[in-house]
Amino acid sequence: MATQSTALARPGTPASAGLLLPAFTLWWREIVRFYRQTTRVIGVLASPLVFWLVIGSGFGTSFRSGGGPGQQHYLDYFYPGAMIMIVLFTSIFTMMSVIEDRKEGFLLSVLVAPVPRSAIVLGKVLGGTTLSAIQGLIFLIFAPFAGVHLAPVQVLLLAVVVFLVSFALTALGFAIAWPMDSSQAFHGIVNLFLIPLWLVSGAMFPLTGASKWIQVIMRLNPLTYGVAALRGLMYPGAETSFPLSSAIATLLLFSLVMFGLALLMANRRSRSSPI
Amino acid sequence: MVSKVPAFADAESEVEVPSAAAVISVQGLVHRYENRTALNGVSFDVRPAELFGMLGPNGSGKTTLFRILSTLMIPTAGRAVVMGYDAAQDPAHVRRQIGVVFQAQSVDPKLTAYENLWHQGHLYRLRGPALKQRVGEILTRVGLADRAKERLETFSGGMQRRIELAKGLLHRPGVLLLDEPTTGLDPGARRDLWQYLQMLRDEEHVSVLVTTHLMEEAERCDRLAILNEGNLVALGTPMELKSEIGGDVILLDAAHDAGSLAEHIRARFHVETTVLENQVRIEREEGHRFITDVVEAFPGEIQAVSVSKPALEDVFIHRTGHKFWSESQEEAQSNSAAKRR
Repeated sequence: MATQSTALARPGTPASAGLLLPAFTLWWREIVRFYRQTTRVIGVLASPLVFWLVIGSGFGTSFRSGGGPGQQHYLDYFYPGAMIMIVLFTSIFTMMSVIEDRKEGFLLSVLVAPVPRSAIVLGKVLGGTTLSAIQGLIFLIFAPFAGVHLAPVQVLLLAVVVFLVSFALTALGFAIAWPMDSSQAFHGIVNLFLIPLWLVSGAMFPLTGASKWIQVIMRLNPLTYGVAALRGLMYPGAETSFPLSSAIATLLLFSLVMFGLALLMANRRSRSSPI
Repeated sequence: MVSKVPAFADAESEVEVPSAAAVISVQGLVHRYENRTALNGVSFDVRPAELFGMLGPNGSGKTTLFRILSTLMIPTAGRAVVMGYDAAQDPAHVRRQIGVVFQAQSVDPKLTAYENLWHQGHLYRLRGPALKQRVGEILTRVGLADRAKERLETFSGGMQRRIELAKGLLHRPGVLLLDEPTTGLDPGARRDLWQYLQMLRDEEHVSVLVTTHLMEEAERCDRLAILNEGNLVALGTPMELKSEIGGDVILLDAAHDAGSLAEHIRARFHVETTVLENQVRIEREEGHRFITDVVEAFPGEIQAVSVSKPALEDVFIHRTGHKFWSESQEEAQSNSAAKRR
């Protein structure tokens, strides 16, 4: 067609440009938007620290007498769990942007662009993952106060674990947020399912001390493997229920399944609503 | 580059005018929501380099039609073909051909003007120096080059609209679709936008389809489709549509009962009448002569009289038998006007 020749978009560009360039730009926007909203940054950084100190200190004495995690002070025991919590909150709540984008009309302008849905999912999810992984790793600043001393290799492995957990949870957040039109409903789901999931991940109390049915849930809970992997890396002496390799393998599987779920949600094409 | 061109003009894009084939072809389009029919078999063509308007009151189906054309919804039946590609079967191709400006704000207020367009360019596989140059060009054309580095949250509504338009045009689409683009704009910004759309048509031969519920905007279109309750009630140039109304439009405010007044006028003068709330509406040539006869024939029955040349609203009434805005909508408008006083 005659008019096509004027379009700057060249049909001959490699297929990767069709996926990676839009994904890159959506990723970039996610990051820029986050750091331009100072209150969001402060909130994400400060709340887990407060949580960690208040809960950790409060439970400290009662826990030791309960004989749970050996000689460990509860603040130390709770440290990996607090990190997972940062990752959980950041991951899930960054994907509230999906709902905002839809409300504002930004998402519409992306949906009418010649961009595959997989690029949209990849860009948004990687954006959220980057943010929450960074937040999680920033929390490592407090590691010395929790009696954690890390060698470079451990930091690297920690980063891998944090990235995988972030990616899986962000993808889950995307899948939850995609069909929603209000952030209230989103909050509802988060409170109903995700916070309990975190509570029974070994973040607050160890697997071994719990009752049988809680133990079953804990073993099915992907977050358990994240907490266990972090704890194993931070406190090499501490007893963990799973070896690091199987924990990472489980997290990898969890990530892939969640990403698949997000893709599935985004690829639905509707007759009745402008998705 | 040619000098002495208006700020918006883009000398580079000497586009060949495509052949007479339709740029957009809507064929028997039906769309049903769960319990409501939004489009009830609508067909029309949009020609190349035409400024085409879809006029209709709220709920007429124009937004649904807009969403189908922009590949966001799949019709229940019928076809929407854009630049030769079916919007439902082949959305990826259609998306490459169209630029879309939504009624809702799609720009990101946290990003600068430049960043918004840079981001948009990537979605259309533009990149590097070519993209940078194109963003500069389009910002100049919408007259915001000097504010490229400012965040959009600091922009006025009219300026944000101009960035929306720049987003839609960045990849040089052959077809531009706009959904009520002047919503929330002051009269000056409205005029600017329409001038710009006309310039796009004239200088770049872009085909523009725009939805509106404003008569004065519809008047500026080359051709119009008027929609009412999911049906196409009129199609043609504003002139054609208005000329189908014989002569003048006469409105009589009834002092008592518009219904009986209309009946008496019909019986006495053998003319067609339409009753609109408390008014009687008559289409007739030589309206000024006719009203003296009517007023003399029914003393005390008529409170006020007006004669006017037919406007687009008259076309709508002529075709549908009711006003463009329903009574309740009009009441709401006059109420808010009264409150302001």
